Amino acid sequence: MKGRARTIVATLVIWALLLTVPAWLPEIGGYTALASRILIYALCAMALNILLGYTGMMSFGQAAYFGLGGYGAGLALIHLTHSTWLAVVAGTLLGGLAALLLGALVMRSRGIYFAMITVAIGQILYFAAERWDSITGGQDGLTGFSRQPLRFGHLTVPLSDVPFYYFVLFWFAIGVAVLAILLSSPLGHTFVAIRENRRRAAFLGINVSRYVWASFAVAGLVAGLSGSLNALLNNFVSPADLYWVQSGNFVIIAVLGGMRSFWGPLVGAIIFIGFQNYVSSVLPNNWETVIGILFIVIVLFFPSGILGIARRRARIV
Amino acid sequence: MELVLFDGFNGLIQGAFYALMALGLSLIISLNAVINFAHGGFMVIGAYLAFTLEPYLGFWGALVVGPVLAGIIGILVERLLVRRLYGRSDPVYSLLLTFGLALIIEDSVRSIWGAQGVPFAIPAALNSPLSSTYFFVTGYRVFVVGAIVLATSALFAFLRFSSFGVRIRAGILDLETVSALGVNVYLLRAVNFAIGIMLAGFAGVLAAGVLQLSPTMGNDVIMATFVAIVVGGIGSLLGSVLGGLIIGVAAGVTSAYAPVASDVVIYVIMAAVLLVRPRGLLGQEGLFE
Repeated sequence: MKGRARTIVATLVIWALLLTVPAWLPEIGGYTALASRILIYALCAMALNILLGYTGMMSFGQAAYFGLGGYGAGLALIHLTHSTWLAVVAGTLLGGLAALLLGALVMRSRGIYFAMITVAIGQILYFAAERWDSITGGQDGLTGFSRQPLRFGHLTVPLSDVPFYYFVLFWFAIGVAVLAILLSSPLGHTFVAIRENRRRAAFLGINVSRYVWASFAVAGLVAGLSGSLNALLNNFVSPADLYWVQSGNFVIIAVLGGMRSFWGPLVGAIIFIGFQNYVSSVLPNNWETVIGILFIVIVLFFPSGILGIARRRARIV
Repeated sequence: MELVLFDGFNGLIQGAFYALMALGLSLIISLNAVINFAHGGFMVIGAYLAFTLEPYLGFWGALVVGPVLAGIIGILVERLLVRRLYGRSDPVYSLLLTFGLALIIEDSVRSIWGAQGVPFAIPAALNSPLSSTYFFVTGYRVFVVGAIVLATSALFAFLRFSSFGVRIRAGILDLETVSALGVNVYLLRAVNFAIGIMLAGFAGVLAAGVLQLSPTMGNDVIMATFVAIVVGGIGSLLGSVLGGLIIGVAAGVTSAYAPVASDVVIYVIMAAVLLVRPRGLLGQEGLFE
């Protein structure tokens, strides 16, 4: 098969599998809420990958916009609206707006300094969420909201596990479409140019900082969407959603699946979340060790990720 | 006024810890080109080893042997894992590998020594206040500051006057040339890694006397240590000491006036410093960019 045909087939297979999850996942021992979680983490890691894999900027603070999205959706449901749709929109906008504003602070830094300043911003927001009891619920997290049934005219759909999975899949599709269109546009090609040779891009007249800013804002917007869905999945937002350990999880998901491939983070999320879920039930006391070993094995033996290896294999064959 | 002095002094101690941690981490970043997320974990290892050894060796013996054992573990980790990352230019890999290592260390410490905090006994001679007005100035706290000043001075003297130390500094500037001149850079990097880990272990034992020991005590310190390094400038050893002291004292003084803000203030300082000086106070251009 030629490259383009293969891409189309692969994309169709992925969507066919995602659409039929509630039918086949229980057969292999999973449950639908787990699939919702995988999609949510995959979406956030795909958004992060715009920065990490495509623009070549090592962001270590993606959890900030994920967490903000969660608080945005939760607070909207508590104070503003009974519409689950609007809650998602509110959370997404909060994440995107925060990334747009804060991106202006980080866009000029590079390398490890970029990583550290994104961590710092995430930590400031984390401590704000943890301390601001009256708004966020402090250390106990934000509770007191639940996903509301969807209304289509006379039809009311309660968001139990399976309908909620399709609700998440719907937003996942929108998020993925936004990222895919972006990456195939001149804007996306400019991101890759910056990753490949920042100085040369600058010589060609590209305002590098401004494109990094754009990349950062888009990553934050989609992370906000993903965080909103996560809040609805758990009916709960924890300050730990903003913590740097959570940012590290998104980075490892992207690296595990393959930073250089569009669908890599989805593969990474399937393995990471599935593995975490399995190991924490088998070894409730020592699952962190197993996750740690997984990190080390990935870095040492699969630096280009699962899809990176698969692609190299395919080329040889 | 006394409250400010009290918090200022606490901040100084905290800053001295951060400086010691940052110094070790800075050595490792500069010569091993590895961003060591597990640095806090090694600090905890040093502290718990000293806790286990104290009944047999006494406080002073544990203070020396604990960090040395941590350093030996550090050499093993360098040989088995970290060495494989040399030559990979993307820092994301070293971040992730040591991130995994930090998870493993925390989990192992919890399995071996338990999740509950344990107290660490310090000699009675060191534990009495030096003055009744300034009750917070106990002998142990003064000793901690003195010990850290001593360790830092010893390290700088080692780097300045011993031939091995000079090689380390030369390797930080240009490892390829140092290698071409016939220095075994693998040994150089292994020893350097061990020195960094020993400093972390030493900080851990000293901290154990002030705080309780707990498996998670490294988590709060590691982020502050990164902040100290970035404030001081990556690649500058003096800068990392400076950065540690600045954020420690700032956090201490802030907790006197606005306790709520004391955790946030170090990140605010870091953001402010980076906006004015993108490479920190004493940082060099081009390193890790």
